[in-house]
Amino acid sequence: MLPPFDLLPTLVRGLRVTIGLTLAASTLALIVAVIAGVARTSKNPLISGIVGFYVELFRGTSVLVQMFWIFFVLPIPPFNISLSPFLAGVIALGLNVGAYGSEVVRGAIQAISRSQIEAGIALNFTPTQRMTRIILPQAMVRILPPFGNLLIELLKSTALVSLITLSDLTFQALTLRQTVGRTTEVFAVLLIMYFLLAYPLTLGVRWVEGRRVWA
Amino acid sequence: MVQDNDRQDASGPMIRFQKVKKSFGDVHVLRELDLDVATAERISIIGASGSGKTTLLRILMTLEEPNSGVIYVDGEPLWHKKVNGELVEADEKHLRKMRGKIGMVFQQFNLFPHMKVLRNVTEAPIHVLGTPRDKAEARAKELLDMVGLADKMDNYPSQLSGGQQQRVAIARALAMQPKVMLFDEITAALDPELVGEVLGVMRQLAHETQMTMLIVTHEMGFARDVSHRIVFLHEGQVLEEGPPEKIFTNPDHPRTREFLSRVLEH
Repeated sequence: MLPPFDLLPTLVRGLRVTIGLTLAASTLALIVAVIAGVARTSKNPLISGIVGFYVELFRGTSVLVQMFWIFFVLPIPPFNISLSPFLAGVIALGLNVGAYGSEVVRGAIQAISRSQIEAGIALNFTPTQRMTRIILPQAMVRILPPFGNLLIELLKSTALVSLITLSDLTFQALTLRQTVGRTTEVFAVLLIMYFLLAYPLTLGVRWVEGRRVWA
Repeated sequence: MVQDNDRQDASGPMIRFQKVKKSFGDVHVLRELDLDVATAERISIIGASGSGKTTLLRILMTLEEPNSGVIYVDGEPLWHKKVNGELVEADEKHLRKMRGKIGMVFQQFNLFPHMKVLRNVTEAPIHVLGTPRDKAEARAKELLDMVGLADKMDNYPSQLSGGQQQRVAIARALAMQPKVMLFDEITAALDPELVGEVLGVMRQLAHETQMTMLIVTHEMGFARDVSHRIVFLHEGQVLEEGPPEKIFTNPDHPRTREFLSRVLEH
Protein backbone atom coordinates (compact mmCIF):
# COMPACT_ATOMS: atom_id res chain seq x y z
CA MET A 1 0.00 0.00 0.00
CA LEU A 2 1.11 3.53 -0.75
CA PRO A 3 2.21 5.75 2.10
CA PRO A 4 0.60 6.91 4.29
CA PHE A 5 -2.03 4.20 3.81
CA ASP A 6 0.42 1.46 4.76
CA LEU A 7 0.21 2.84 8.30
CA LEU A 8 -3.51 2.30 8.49
CA PRO A 9 -3.85 -1.43 9.38
CA THR A 10 -1.82 -0.94 12.55
CA LEU A 11 -3.55 2.30 13.47
CA VAL A 12 -7.02 0.87 12.82
CA ARG A 13 -6.27 -1.87 15.34
CA GLY A 14 -5.62 0.86 17.90
CA LEU A 15 -8.65 2.78 16.68
CA ARG A 16 -10.89 -0.16 17.60
CA VAL A 17 -9.60 -0.10 21.15
CA THR A 18 -10.05 3.67 21.38
CA ILE A 19 -13.63 3.47 20.13
CA GLY A 20 -14.50 0.59 22.46
CA LEU A 21 -12.96 2.42 25.36
CA THR A 22 -14.81 5.65 24.54
CA LEU A 23 -18.17 3.87 24.26
CA ALA A 24 -17.74 1.93 27.48
CA ALA A 25 -16.33 4.83 29.48
CA SER A 26 -18.93 7.33 28.27
CA THR A 27 -21.74 4.89 29.15
CA LEU A 28 -20.29 4.57 32.64
CA ALA A 29 -19.78 8.34 32.84
CA LEU A 30 -23.39 9.03 31.85
CA ILE A 31 -24.79 6.61 34.42
CA VAL A 32 -22.48 7.90 37.15
CA ALA A 33 -23.21 11.53 36.24
CA VAL A 34 -26.98 11.12 36.48
CA ILE A 35 -26.88 9.10 39.70
CA ALA A 36 -24.30 11.37 41.36
CA GLY A 37 -25.97 14.53 40.04
CA VAL A 38 -29.36 13.48 41.43
CA ALA A 39 -27.80 12.29 44.70
CA ARG A 40 -26.01 15.61 45.10
CA THR A 41 -29.39 17.35 45.29
CA SER A 42 -30.50 14.97 48.06
CA LYS A 43 -31.66 16.50 51.32
CA ASN A 44 -29.88 13.71 53.17
CA PRO A 45 -26.52 15.26 54.19
CA LEU A 46 -24.82 11.85 54.30
CA ILE A 47 -25.72 11.07 50.67
CA SER A 48 -24.89 14.49 49.29
CA GLY A 49 -21.73 14.55 51.41
CA ILE A 50 -20.38 11.22 50.13
CA VAL A 51 -21.17 12.16 46.54
CA GLY A 52 -19.62 15.60 47.04
CA PHE A 53 -16.43 13.93 48.27
CA TYR A 54 -16.29 11.69 45.20
CA VAL A 55 -16.88 14.62 42.83
CA GLU A 56 -14.24 16.85 44.41
CA LEU A 57 -11.74 13.97 44.63
CA PHE A 58 -12.03 13.15 40.93
CA ARG A 59 -12.19 16.75 39.77
CA GLY A 60 -9.29 17.78 41.98
CA THR A 61 -6.77 15.16 40.85
CA SER A 62 -5.28 14.20 37.50
CA VAL A 63 -7.11 11.57 35.49
CA LEU A 64 -3.74 10.03 34.68
CA VAL A 65 -2.93 9.64 38.37
CA GLN A 66 -6.41 8.18 38.93
CA MET A 67 -5.68 5.68 36.18
CA PHE A 68 -2.35 4.76 37.76
CA TRP A 69 -4.06 4.21 41.08
CA ILE A 70 -6.72 1.98 39.61
CA PHE A 71 -4.26 -0.01 37.50
CA PHE A 72 -1.08 -0.09 39.59
CA VAL A 73 -2.13 0.48 43.21
CA LEU A 74 -5.41 -1.43 43.51
CA PRO A 75 -3.74 -4.85 42.87
CA ILE A 76 -1.49 -4.29 45.91
CA PRO A 77 -2.66 -5.24 49.43
CA PRO A 78 -4.83 -4.27 51.22
CA PHE A 79 -6.97 -3.75 48.08
CA ASN A 80 -6.01 -6.83 46.05
CA ILE A 81 -8.18 -5.80 43.11
CA SER A 82 -6.59 -6.62 39.76
CA LEU A 83 -8.22 -5.13 36.71
CA SER A 84 -7.40 -5.54 33.02
CA PRO A 85 -5.90 -2.43 31.42
CA PHE A 86 -9.12 -1.92 29.45
CA LEU A 87 -11.34 -2.13 32.52
CA ALA A 88 -9.01 0.11 34.51
CA GLY A 89 -9.14 2.66 31.68
CA VAL A 90 -12.94 2.49 31.48
CA ILE A 91 -13.33 2.94 35.23
CA ALA A 92 -10.84 5.79 35.52
CA LEU A 93 -12.24 7.74 32.56
CA GLY A 94 -15.86 6.93 33.44
CA LEU A 95 -15.52 8.04 37.05
CA ASN A 96 -13.52 11.14 36.10
CA VAL A 97 -15.88 12.36 33.41
CA GLY A 98 -18.83 11.21 35.52
CA ALA A 99 -17.67 13.57 38.28
CA TYR A 100 -17.66 16.54 35.90
CA GLY A 101 -20.92 15.35 34.36
CA SER A 102 -22.62 15.11 37.76
CA GLU A 103 -22.05 18.84 38.25
CA VAL A 104 -23.74 19.46 34.91
CA VAL A 105 -26.67 17.26 35.97
CA ARG A 106 -26.91 18.92 39.38
CA GLY A 107 -26.92 22.40 37.84
CA ALA A 108 -29.57 21.41 35.32
CA ILE A 109 -31.79 19.89 38.02
CA GLN A 110 -31.50 22.96 40.21
CA ALA A 111 -32.37 25.19 37.27
CA ILE A 112 -35.81 23.57 36.98
CA SER A 113 -38.39 25.86 38.52
CA ARG A 114 -39.71 24.92 41.95
CA SER A 115 -43.21 25.33 40.54
CA GLN A 116 -42.71 22.23 38.38
CA ILE A 117 -42.00 20.20 41.51
CA GLU A 118 -45.08 21.69 43.18
CA ALA A 119 -47.23 20.71 40.22
CA GLY A 120 -45.84 17.20 40.65
CA ILE A 121 -46.70 17.19 44.34
CA ALA A 122 -50.22 18.47 43.64
CA LEU A 123 -50.73 15.58 41.19
CA ASN A 124 -49.49 13.19 43.88
CA PHE A 125 -46.45 11.86 42.03
CA THR A 126 -43.90 10.06 44.22
CA PRO A 127 -40.57 11.85 44.74
CA THR A 128 -38.95 9.36 42.33
CA GLN A 129 -41.62 9.97 39.69
CA ARG A 130 -41.18 13.70 40.06
CA MET A 131 -37.49 13.25 39.33
CA THR A 132 -37.79 10.80 36.44
CA ARG A 133 -40.95 12.10 34.76
CA ILE A 134 -40.86 15.83 35.37
CA ILE A 135 -37.44 17.12 36.36
CA LEU A 136 -34.90 14.97 34.52
CA PRO A 137 -36.62 15.10 31.09
CA GLN A 138 -36.59 18.90 31.31
CA ALA A 139 -33.05 18.97 32.69
CA MET A 140 -31.82 16.79 29.79
CA VAL A 141 -32.12 19.75 27.47
CA ARG A 142 -29.58 21.65 29.54
CA ILE A 143 -27.47 18.56 30.15
CA LEU A 144 -26.89 17.46 26.56
CA PRO A 145 -24.74 20.25 25.10
CA PRO A 146 -22.19 20.34 27.95
CA PHE A 147 -22.29 16.56 28.11
CA GLY A 148 -21.41 16.35 24.42
CA ASN A 149 -18.34 18.45 25.15
CA LEU A 150 -17.42 16.17 28.04
CA LEU A 151 -17.66 13.13 25.76
CA ILE A 152 -15.29 14.76 23.28
CA GLU A 153 -12.90 15.45 26.16
CA LEU A 154 -13.27 11.83 27.22
CA LEU A 155 -12.46 10.60 23.72
CA LYS A 156 -9.30 12.67 23.65
CA SER A 157 -8.31 11.56 27.16
CA THR A 158 -8.41 7.93 26.10
CA ALA A 159 -4.91 8.56 24.70
CA LEU A 160 -3.70 8.33 28.30
CA VAL A 161 -4.46 4.60 28.49
CA SER A 162 -1.38 3.98 26.37
CA LEU A 163 0.46 4.62 29.64
CA ILE A 164 -1.22 1.66 31.37
CA THR A 165 -0.15 -0.74 28.59
CA LEU A 166 -3.33 -0.59 26.55
CA SER A 167 -2.81 -0.72 22.74
CA ASP A 168 -5.08 2.16 21.77
CA LEU A 169 -4.72 4.49 18.80
CA THR A 170 -2.02 6.61 20.42
CA PHE A 171 -0.11 3.53 21.62
CA GLN A 172 -0.05 2.12 18.06
CA ALA A 173 1.10 5.45 16.67
CA LEU A 174 3.98 5.60 19.16
CA THR A 175 4.94 2.03 18.25
CA LEU A 176 4.83 2.84 14.52
CA ARG A 177 7.01 5.87 15.04
CA GLN A 178 9.61 3.72 16.79
CA THR A 179 9.56 0.96 14.19
CA VAL A 180 9.16 2.81 10.87
CA GLY A 181 10.11 6.35 11.81
CA ARG A 182 8.18 8.87 9.60
CA THR A 183 7.24 10.91 12.66
CA THR A 184 5.38 13.70 10.86
CA GLU A 185 3.37 11.29 8.75
CA VAL A 186 2.38 9.06 11.68
CA PHE A 187 1.28 11.92 13.87
CA ALA A 188 -0.54 13.64 10.99
CA VAL A 189 -2.63 10.51 10.43
CA LEU A 190 -3.15 10.22 14.18
CA LEU A 191 -4.41 13.78 14.37
CA ILE A 192 -6.83 13.26 11.50
CA MET A 193 -8.18 10.03 12.99
CA TYR A 194 -8.94 11.68 16.35
CA PHE A 195 -10.63 14.55 14.59
CA LEU A 196 -12.75 12.18 12.48
CA LEU A 197 -13.84 10.50 15.69
CA ALA A 198 -14.64 13.68 17.58
CA TYR A 199 -16.40 15.64 14.86
CA PRO A 200 -19.37 13.27 14.44
CA LEU A 201 -19.88 13.55 18.20
CA THR A 202 -20.21 17.31 17.83
CA LEU A 203 -22.66 16.88 14.97
CA GLY A 204 -24.60 14.28 16.97
CA VAL A 205 -25.02 16.63 19.91
CA ARG A 206 -26.23 19.39 17.59
CA TRP A 207 -28.70 17.01 15.99
CA VAL A 208 -30.15 15.92 19.33
CA GLU A 209 -30.42 19.56 20.43
CA GLY A 210 -32.28 20.45 17.24
CA ARG A 211 -34.80 17.68 17.79
CA ARG A 212 -36.34 19.33 20.83
CA VAL A 213 -39.85 20.31 19.88
CA TRP A 214 -41.08 22.08 23.03
CA ALA A 215 -39.89 25.47 24.08
CA MET B 1 -64.06 1.47 50.19
CA VAL B 2 -62.55 0.49 53.48
CA GLN B 3 -63.88 2.49 56.35
CA ASP B 4 -61.16 4.34 58.21
CA ASN B 5 -61.26 4.01 61.98
CA ASP B 6 -59.68 7.42 62.39
CA ARG B 7 -62.51 9.17 60.65
CA GLN B 8 -64.33 11.85 62.47
CA ASP B 9 -68.08 12.04 62.49
CA ALA B 10 -69.17 11.48 58.91
CA SER B 11 -71.23 14.65 58.99
CA GLY B 12 -68.13 16.71 59.91
CA PRO B 13 -66.62 19.28 57.61
CA MET B 14 -64.57 18.35 54.55
CA ILE B 15 -61.87 20.71 55.72
CA ARG B 16 -61.12 22.01 59.18
CA PHE B 17 -58.34 24.40 60.18
CA GLN B 18 -57.72 24.42 63.95
CA LYS B 19 -55.55 27.20 65.31
CA VAL B 20 -53.17 26.97 62.36
CA LYS B 21 -50.06 29.10 62.58
CA LYS B 22 -47.57 29.72 59.85
CA SER B 23 -44.76 32.19 59.73
CA PHE B 24 -41.91 32.80 57.33
CA GLY B 25 -39.10 34.06 59.51
CA ASP B 26 -40.50 37.00 61.46
CA VAL B 27 -43.53 37.36 59.22
CA HIS B 28 -46.63 35.78 60.72
CA VAL B 29 -48.75 34.77 57.77
CA LEU B 30 -51.41 32.70 59.53
CA ARG B 31 -52.26 33.48 63.17
CA GLU B 32 -54.23 30.68 64.80
CA LEU B 33 -56.51 30.48 61.84
CA ASP B 34 -59.77 28.55 62.25
CA LEU B 35 -61.87 27.66 59.25
CA ASP B 36 -64.37 24.93 58.35
CA VAL B 37 -65.44 24.09 54.83
CA ALA B 38 -68.38 21.74 54.35
CA THR B 39 -68.51 18.95 51.80
CA ALA B 40 -69.52 20.27 48.36
CA GLU B 41 -69.23 23.82 49.61
CA ARG B 42 -67.58 26.43 47.43
CA ILE B 43 -65.86 29.21 49.28
CA SER B 44 -63.97 32.19 47.92
CA ILE B 45 -61.16 33.51 50.04
CA ILE B 46 -60.56 37.21 49.63
CA GLY B 47 -58.26 39.67 51.32
CA ALA B 48 -55.33 41.97 50.75
CA SER B 49 -52.05 40.57 49.50
CA GLY B 50 -50.13 39.19 52.46
CA SER B 51 -53.30 38.27 54.32
CA GLY B 52 -52.44 34.56 54.03
CA LYS B 53 -54.85 33.42 51.29
CA THR B 54 -52.30 31.66 49.14
CA THR B 55 -50.47 30.22 52.15
CA LEU B 56 -53.74 28.69 53.33
CA LEU B 57 -54.11 26.84 50.02
CA ARG B 58 -50.45 25.88 49.87
CA ILE B 59 -50.63 24.34 53.36
CA LEU B 60 -53.67 22.32 52.25
CA MET B 61 -51.77 21.09 49.18
CA THR B 62 -48.87 20.14 51.51
CA LEU B 63 -46.57 22.58 49.75
CA GLU B 64 -45.97 24.45 53.02
CA GLU B 65 -45.90 22.92 56.47
CA PRO B 66 -47.76 24.76 59.25
CA ASN B 67 -45.81 25.72 62.38
CA SER B 68 -48.61 24.59 64.66
CA GLY B 69 -52.28 23.73 64.69
CA VAL B 70 -54.10 20.82 63.09
CA ILE B 71 -55.83 20.56 59.74
CA TYR B 72 -58.38 17.89 58.96
CA VAL B 73 -59.29 16.88 55.44
CA ASP B 74 -62.17 14.48 54.97
CA GLY B 75 -62.05 13.61 58.66
CA GLU B 76 -58.34 12.79 58.80
CA PRO B 77 -55.48 14.99 60.00
CA LEU B 78 -53.50 16.27 57.02
CA TRP B 79 -50.08 17.04 58.46
CA HIS B 80 -50.33 14.51 61.30
CA LYS B 81 -50.85 10.85 61.80
CA LYS B 82 -52.65 9.27 64.68
CA VAL B 83 -50.42 6.85 66.55
CA ASN B 84 -51.94 5.37 69.73
CA GLY B 85 -54.43 8.21 69.84
CA GLU B 86 -51.73 10.89 69.65
CA LEU B 87 -51.03 13.15 66.71
CA VAL B 88 -47.50 12.79 65.40
CA GLU B 89 -45.90 14.38 62.37
CA ALA B 90 -47.06 12.74 59.14
CA ASP B 91 -44.64 10.76 57.00
CA GLU B 92 -44.45 10.87 53.20
CA LYS B 93 -46.77 7.86 52.94
CA HIS B 94 -49.52 9.61 54.89
CA LEU B 95 -49.03 12.84 52.95
CA ARG B 96 -49.35 10.99 49.65
CA LYS B 97 -52.57 9.35 50.80
CA MET B 98 -53.98 12.74 51.80
CA ARG B 99 -52.81 14.46 48.59
CA GLY B 100 -54.98 12.04 46.67
CA LYS B 101 -58.02 13.88 48.04
CA ILE B 102 -56.85 17.31 46.94
CA GLY B 103 -56.13 18.97 43.60
CA MET B 104 -54.75 22.40 42.87
CA VAL B 105 -54.65 24.87 40.00
CA PHE B 106 -51.83 27.40 40.16
CA GLN B 107 -51.57 31.06 39.22
CA GLN B 108 -48.76 30.30 36.76
CA PHE B 109 -50.46 27.15 35.33
CA ASN B 110 -47.32 25.01 35.92
CA LEU B 111 -48.04 22.70 33.00
CA PHE B 112 -45.27 20.28 32.11
CA PRO B 113 -43.59 21.95 29.10
CA HIS B 114 -42.06 18.74 27.77
CA MET B 115 -45.39 16.93 27.47
CA LYS B 116 -48.15 17.49 24.96
CA VAL B 117 -51.49 18.67 26.30
CA LEU B 118 -53.04 15.19 26.33
CA ARG B 119 -50.10 13.73 28.24
CA ASN B 120 -50.18 16.59 30.73
CA VAL B 121 -53.67 15.38 31.61
CA THR B 122 -53.06 11.60 31.47
CA GLU B 123 -49.62 11.36 33.11
CA ALA B 124 -50.77 11.40 36.72
CA PRO B 125 -53.90 9.23 36.29
CA ILE B 126 -51.80 6.58 34.54
CA HIS B 127 -48.75 6.62 36.80
CA VAL B 128 -50.26 7.66 40.13
CA LEU B 129 -53.75 6.13 40.02
CA GLY B 130 -52.81 3.23 37.75
CA THR B 131 -55.61 3.99 35.28
CA PRO B 132 -55.17 2.02 32.02
CA ARG B 133 -53.88 4.28 29.25
CA ASP B 134 -56.94 3.97 26.99
CA LYS B 135 -59.30 4.85 29.83
CA ALA B 136 -57.12 7.74 31.00
CA GLU B 137 -56.97 9.12 27.46
CA ALA B 138 -60.70 8.81 26.95
CA ARG B 139 -61.32 10.64 30.22
CA ALA B 140 -58.71 13.28 29.35
CA LYS B 141 -60.40 13.91 26.02
CA GLU B 142 -63.74 14.39 27.79
CA LEU B 143 -62.17 16.86 30.19
CA LEU B 144 -60.35 18.75 27.42
CA ASP B 145 -63.61 18.87 25.52
CA MET B 146 -65.30 20.29 28.61
CA VAL B 147 -62.73 23.09 28.84
CA GLY B 148 -63.02 23.65 25.08
CA LEU B 149 -59.58 22.43 24.09
CA ALA B 150 -60.16 19.02 22.50
CA ASP B 151 -58.47 20.31 19.33
CA LYS B 152 -55.28 21.24 21.20
CA MET B 153 -54.42 17.88 22.73
CA ASP B 154 -51.47 17.31 20.39
CA ASN B 155 -49.96 20.73 21.07
CA TYR B 156 -47.25 21.57 23.54
CA PRO B 157 -48.19 24.06 26.30
CA SER B 158 -45.87 26.70 24.83
CA GLN B 159 -48.06 26.74 21.71
CA LEU B 160 -51.11 27.75 23.76
CA SER B 161 -52.26 31.09 25.11
CA GLY B 162 -52.26 31.68 28.86
CA GLY B 163 -56.00 31.18 29.07
CA GLN B 164 -55.75 27.92 27.16
CA GLN B 165 -52.89 26.73 29.36
CA GLN B 166 -54.90 27.48 32.48
CA ARG B 167 -57.88 25.54 31.12
CA VAL B 168 -55.57 22.56 30.49
CA ALA B 169 -54.31 22.92 34.06
CA ILE B 170 -57.91 22.73 35.31
CA ALA B 171 -58.52 19.60 33.23
CA ARG B 172 -55.26 18.10 34.51
CA ALA B 173 -56.28 18.62 38.14
CA LEU B 174 -59.81 17.29 37.54
CA ALA B 175 -58.44 14.13 35.93
CA MET B 176 -57.24 13.05 39.38
CA GLN B 177 -60.83 13.19 40.68
CA PRO B 178 -59.99 15.00 43.91
CA LYS B 179 -62.62 15.60 46.57
CA VAL B 180 -61.32 19.11 47.12
CA MET B 181 -60.09 21.55 44.48
CA LEU B 182 -57.92 24.54 45.29
CA PHE B 183 -57.71 27.47 42.87
CA ASP B 184 -54.93 29.91 43.59
CA GLU B 185 -55.54 33.22 41.80
CA ILE B 186 -55.90 31.34 38.57
CA THR B 187 -56.69 34.40 36.46
CA ALA B 188 -54.11 36.73 38.01
CA ALA B 189 -51.40 35.94 35.46
CA LEU B 190 -53.70 36.27 32.45
CA ASP B 191 -54.16 39.12 30.00
CA PRO B 192 -57.54 40.73 30.69
CA GLU B 193 -59.11 39.43 27.48
CA LEU B 194 -58.27 35.83 28.50
CA VAL B 195 -59.78 35.97 31.99
CA GLY B 196 -63.32 35.38 30.74
CA GLU B 197 -62.66 32.01 29.12
CA VAL B 198 -61.12 30.64 32.34
CA LEU B 199 -63.90 32.00 34.55
CA GLY B 200 -66.40 30.52 32.10
CA VAL B 201 -64.95 27.07 32.68
CA MET B 202 -65.01 27.68 36.43
CA ARG B 203 -68.65 28.73 36.40
CA GLN B 204 -69.51 25.60 34.44
CA LEU B 205 -67.55 23.50 36.90
CA ALA B 206 -69.34 25.08 39.84
CA HIS B 207 -72.64 24.40 38.13
CA GLU B 208 -72.01 20.77 37.19
CA THR B 209 -70.00 19.24 40.02
CA GLN B 210 -70.36 18.65 43.72
CA MET B 211 -66.69 19.12 44.48
CA THR B 212 -65.59 21.09 47.50
CA MET B 213 -63.80 24.17 46.18
CA LEU B 214 -61.55 26.75 47.79
CA ILE B 215 -61.03 29.69 45.49
CA VAL B 216 -58.54 32.47 46.11
CA THR B 217 -59.41 35.27 43.76
CA HIS B 218 -59.47 38.99 43.09
CA GLU B 219 -62.40 38.62 40.67
CA MET B 220 -65.15 39.74 43.02
CA GLY B 221 -68.01 39.38 40.53
CA PHE B 222 -67.00 35.82 39.87
CA ALA B 223 -66.58 35.07 43.60
CA ARG B 224 -70.07 36.41 44.20
CA ASP B 225 -71.62 34.28 41.46
CA VAL B 226 -70.07 30.90 42.22
CA SER B 227 -69.48 30.87 45.97
CA HIS B 228 -71.72 29.66 48.74
CA ARG B 229 -69.64 31.65 51.18
CA ILE B 230 -67.05 34.42 51.16
CA VAL B 231 -64.21 34.32 53.65
CA PHE B 232 -62.37 37.56 54.29
CA LEU B 233 -58.84 37.05 55.58
CA HIS B 234 -57.07 39.82 57.42
CA GLU B 235 -53.59 39.46 58.90
CA GLY B 236 -53.71 35.70 58.96
CA GLN B 237 -57.14 35.27 60.49
CA VAL B 238 -60.71 34.99 59.29
CA LEU B 239 -62.04 38.44 60.06
CA GLU B 240 -65.44 37.99 58.51
CA GLU B 241 -67.33 35.34 56.59
CA GLY B 242 -70.79 34.90 55.21
CA PRO B 243 -72.93 34.50 52.13
CA PRO B 244 -71.80 36.62 49.14
CA GLU B 245 -74.90 38.86 49.25
CA LYS B 246 -74.13 39.79 52.82
CA ILE B 247 -70.36 40.27 52.49
CA PHE B 248 -70.52 42.24 49.28
CA THR B 249 -73.46 44.47 50.16
CA ASN B 250 -73.46 44.81 53.91
CA PRO B 251 -70.26 43.61 55.57
CA ASP B 252 -70.07 43.92 59.35
CA HIS B 253 -66.46 44.80 59.71
CA PRO B 254 -65.07 48.17 58.62
CA ARG B 255 -61.89 46.51 57.34
CA THR B 256 -63.94 44.30 55.03
CA ARG B 257 -65.76 47.37 53.78
CA GLU B 258 -62.49 49.19 53.25
CA PHE B 259 -60.98 46.26 51.33
CA LEU B 260 -64.03 45.84 49.15
CA SER B 261 -64.23 49.51 48.31
CA ARG B 262 -60.60 49.40 47.21
CA VAL B 263 -60.98 46.35 44.95
CA LEU B 264 -64.41 47.22 43.59
CA GLU B 265 -63.38 50.76 42.64
CA HIS B 266 -61.75 49.82 39.36
